[in-house]
Amino acid sequence: MYQPHTLGLDPYQSLEPKSAYPRYLEEQEPYERGHGPYQPHEPGYGLYQPGYGPYDDQIPDPKSQTLAIENAKAYLLKSSTTSGLNLYDHLANMLTKILDEQPTNAVDIIENISKDVKWAQFRKKMDTLRDEHEILPTFEAAEKRKALFLKPNGEGDEELEEEIGESPLPNVMETAFYFEQAGIGLSKDESYHIFLALKKLISVQPVQTCRFWGKILGLEMNYIIAEVQYLEGEEEEETEEEEVPEEREKEVDEDEEEEEKEKEYEPPVSTYKPPPVIPKEENGTGANKYVYFVCNEPGKPWVKLPPVTPAQIVCARKIKKFFTGRLDAPVVSFPPFPGNEANYLRAQIARISAGTQISPIGFYQFAEEEGDEEEEMEGGRDTYEENPDFQPLSVAEMVDSLSAWVHNVQSILKQGRCVWLNPLQKSEEEEENEEEEKEEAPEELPQELQQEIGPPLLTPLSEDEGIQNIPAWTAQPSTNLIPQYAVAVLQSNRWPGAYAFASGKRFDNIYFGWGHKYSPENHIPTLPPPAQAEYPSGPEITETRDPTVQEELAFKAAKEEALAAAEEEEEEEGAEDEEDDD
Amino acid sequence: MEASSLPVALELVSGGGVGLSPEKRAVLWSSLLLLQRDYRFERVWFWGCIQGVRGAYYIAEGLGPDRAAPRSRLYSLNCVEWSLLPPVTKEMIMQAGQLKGRFQGDPSFEYEYTERNAEDAEGLLEDGKEPMIKEEARLVATIEQIDRAVGIVPRGAFVKTPLGSVSENRNFEGLSLTEAKKLSSYFHFTEPVNLKNKTLLEKADLDPSTDFLDSLEHDIPQGSWTVQQEKGGAVVVLRSLLWLGLTFYHVPMTKQYGYVYFGTGEKNLDLPFML
Repeated sequence: MYQPHTLGLDPYQSLEPKSAYPRYLEEQEPYERGHGPYQPHEPGYGLYQPGYGPYDDQIPDPKSQTLAIENAKAYLLKSSTTSGLNLYDHLANMLTKILDEQPTNAVDIIENISKDVKWAQFRKKMDTLRDEHEILPTFEAAEKRKALFLKPNGEGDEELEEEIGESPLPNVMETAFYFEQAGIGLSKDESYHIFLALKKLISVQPVQTCRFWGKILGLEMNYIIAEVQYLEGEEEEETEEEEVPEEREKEVDEDEEEEEKEKEYEPPVSTYKPPPVIPKEENGTGANKYVYFVCNEPGKPWVKLPPVTPAQIVCARKIKKFFTGRLDAPVVSFPPFPGNEANYLRAQIARISAGTQISPIGFYQFAEEEGDEEEEMEGGRDTYEENPDFQPLSVAEMVDSLSAWVHNVQSILKQGRCVWLNPLQKSEEEEENEEEEKEEAPEELPQELQQEIGPPLLTPLSEDEGIQNIPAWTAQPSTNLIPQYAVAVLQSNRWPGAYAFASGKRFDNIYFGWGHKYSPENHIPTLPPPAQAEYPSGPEITETRDPTVQEELAFKAAKEEALAAAEEEEEEEGAEDEEDDD
Repeated sequence: MEASSLPVALELVSGGGVGLSPEKRAVLWSSLLLLQRDYRFERVWFWGCIQGVRGAYYIAEGLGPDRAAPRSRLYSLNCVEWSLLPPVTKEMIMQAGQLKGRFQGDPSFEYEYTERNAEDAEGLLEDGKEPMIKEEARLVATIEQIDRAVGIVPRGAFVKTPLGSVSENRNFEGLSLTEAKKLSSYFHFTEPVNLKNKTLLEKADLDPSTDFLDSLEHDIPQGSWTVQQEKGGAVVVLRSLLWLGLTFYHVPMTKQYGYVYFGTGEKNLDLPFML
C-alpha cells in the first residue's frame, strides 16, 4: 500500500534532517502535528502567527489550520508524473536562485528564471569527462585559407628574382580597386585570397598569361574562374578523341558485312543520316583560345575545364539552367545537353567572353603580316597585338560614345565556332565511304550551306544590337563629384554581370553573376521536334484499306457473275461438245 | 540591413560581386542618419539598389515603433537627397505586374502598356486615353513585392508582444551553425499566409512570441533559395533565385544579420526551368 510521505515517520530516515525539506522540530503524530516554533530557515517562519494567517478567517481553528497547511504542503510535494520534479522543490530552488543572484525586476522575468532552473536539472556541473572540442567544418576551411598565405618551403632568393621580373600573375588588387570605384567587386579579403590562389595556380601550371575572369554563382557552391594561356608547346595533347572515329569505322564495316548476308529479308533501312558533327576548334584558336581553370573557393585546388565543342555552344543557347557548383553534376534539360556541368560552364564562359570582352579602341591592333588577303578570305583575322603607340582617350569620351570601345574576342557564329567550317567538305576517308553507299541507295543532294559570317574582330561597341529599346551597354563614370579621377565603367545589358572599366592606360573586364543571358521575354523551352519518318513508305509496307461491306458485296456479286458466266460457257461448250459428238 | 551596421554588412554580402562604391558608402552613413532625424524613424534600413538602364535607384526604409507596420520607403538617385515614395496600393501592384523589362533610371518615365482584360478595357474607354504608369509607381510596387516575397529575418530576431506589436528581441544571440543552414530558421518578415494552415500538432510546438511569421521551408518553388557558407563558414549567405540579387547574410552565434537587394528589379519567372 502506498504510504504518502510523511515527515519524520519514515523508518529509513534518520532523525537528523537530511532532505531539503525543513523538518519540524517536534515529533508529532501523522496528520495531527502542530506547527511548532518555526526556525528562520523554515518556510513557515513568520507567516502563520496565530490569528494573523491568511486563512484565519476561514479556518479559525488552529488544528484544522494546521491540517490545511499539511495538506497544502503534501500537495506541493507531489511528484509530477512526467518529469519527476515536484513543485515544492522547484519553488525552493527558484527562490534560492533569485536570492543569490538578485536580478533587477525579478517579477518581470520570473518565468524565464523558472525555465532556467528546470533546464539546470539536465546540465551536470561537475563532469569528470571533459567535453571534446567540436571540430566544426569551419575550422577546416580556415586551414585551407591559411595555407594560401604560407610560403612554400625551399624557395631561394633566385626564384624571388625571377618572379619580380615578368610574371604572368595579374595584379588582382589593382583591378579590384578600379572596379570598386564603380561599386563592383568582391570584398578585399576575398580578392586577396583569389590573388594568392592565382599565384598558386601559376606556380603549378606552365602559363604564359593569366587573368582573373570572374565569379559565377551557383546553388550549392560558386565558381571562381581564371583565364589562362599556356606557354607555347606546353599544351597536353588529347588522344582520347582520336580513338573514337576509329571505332566508328570498325562498326561501319561490320554492319556492311551483316547486310550482305541478310539480303533476303531485311526490314527497310532508315534513310536518316544524322547531321554531320561539326568539329571543335583547335586549342588555341577561336572559342578555345584560352584555357579556363575553376575552383569553388580560394584555397581549393584548381580544375581545368575541357575545351568547348560547337554542339555544346549551340545547345547552351537553347537552355537556361542554374549551376549547382559541382563540376560533375549532370545537366538535365531539353534539348539534352551533350556533357555535364563542366561543359555547360565552359560553354557559357565562351559565350560571355565572346559577347562582353572589350577594350578601348586603339589598345589592340592587328599584326601586320604578309599574306593578309588569304587570311581575310578564310573569315577574318584572329590575332592581335598590343599597340605600342596607344593614346588613351579621356574618361568623358570613353563614357559618352560607345565607339570608343571594341570587342577583342571573336564572336561565336550560329554554328558554334568562331571560324566557319563547311561540314559537308569531305575528307578522303569519307569519300570512300560515300562511293560504297552510293551503290546501295541513291543519296539525297546535300543542301548548300551558307557561309556564316560574324562581325570581325575589333568591331566597336556602337554596332552591338540592343534588346528591344535597351542599349547593349550602359556607360557611366564612376563618380560625378570628382571627374578628373573618375573611371569609365561599362555594364553589359545583354549579359547582366559583365563589367568593364578603363582609366588611362589601364582597362579590364570582369564577370560577376549567375552566368545567363538577359532576355526580357520569358524563356521558352524548345519544342520537341516533329516525329521522324521511320521507313520510306512503299507499297510493300503500306497498309491497304480494308474493303467496306458494300465493296465486299459488290465483289462477291461480281465473282458470282463471273462464275455463272463461266458455268454458262462450260455448259455451252459442253453442249457444243455434245452437239459435236452428235 | 541596419544603417548602423552598413560597413560590416556590405563586406559580408559582397560575394555576389555587386556593392556600393566608396563614395556612396561614405555618404550613406550620414545621409541615413539625417533621414532618421527628419522623418523621426526609429530604425532606418538600407534596402538596396535597383539598377536601371540609365541610372540607379538607392532605396531606404524607415521603421516606426511597431516593426511590422507598413514601412515608409524613400529613394534617391545619388544617396544624398532622398524622396519619399507614395504608399503602395493594390492597383499599383497589378499594373506593375504587367510591365516587363528593365527600369529606365528616370523616375518620371511613363510606361505605356496595353490592356488585355475586358474589365480594364472599360476603364480605358472611360478615360479616353491609354493608361500610363509612372516609373515611380512601378518602383514602389516592385519594392513591395520583393519585401513581401523574399524579405527575411532569422527566427527569434523579432518578438511579438501580447499587445500585438512587434519589436526586436534583445535576447537574440544568433542562430547556431546547424540552425543557420536550415531554411526553417528563417522567416518572411511580412504578414503570414501559411501560419493558419498548419496542423494543430505543429502549432502546439510553436512559440507564439517568436513563431508568428511564415518560414522559408514551404516556399514555392522548392529550391528557390541557395544557402551557402562564405569566408570559410563564418557567414551564412542566403540568395533568392526568384528575385535575383537579393542577398541575406547572418553571422552565426552573433546578432549580425540583414538583407539587401542589388539587382535589376525583375522577377525571375524562368525559375522553374532553371532548377
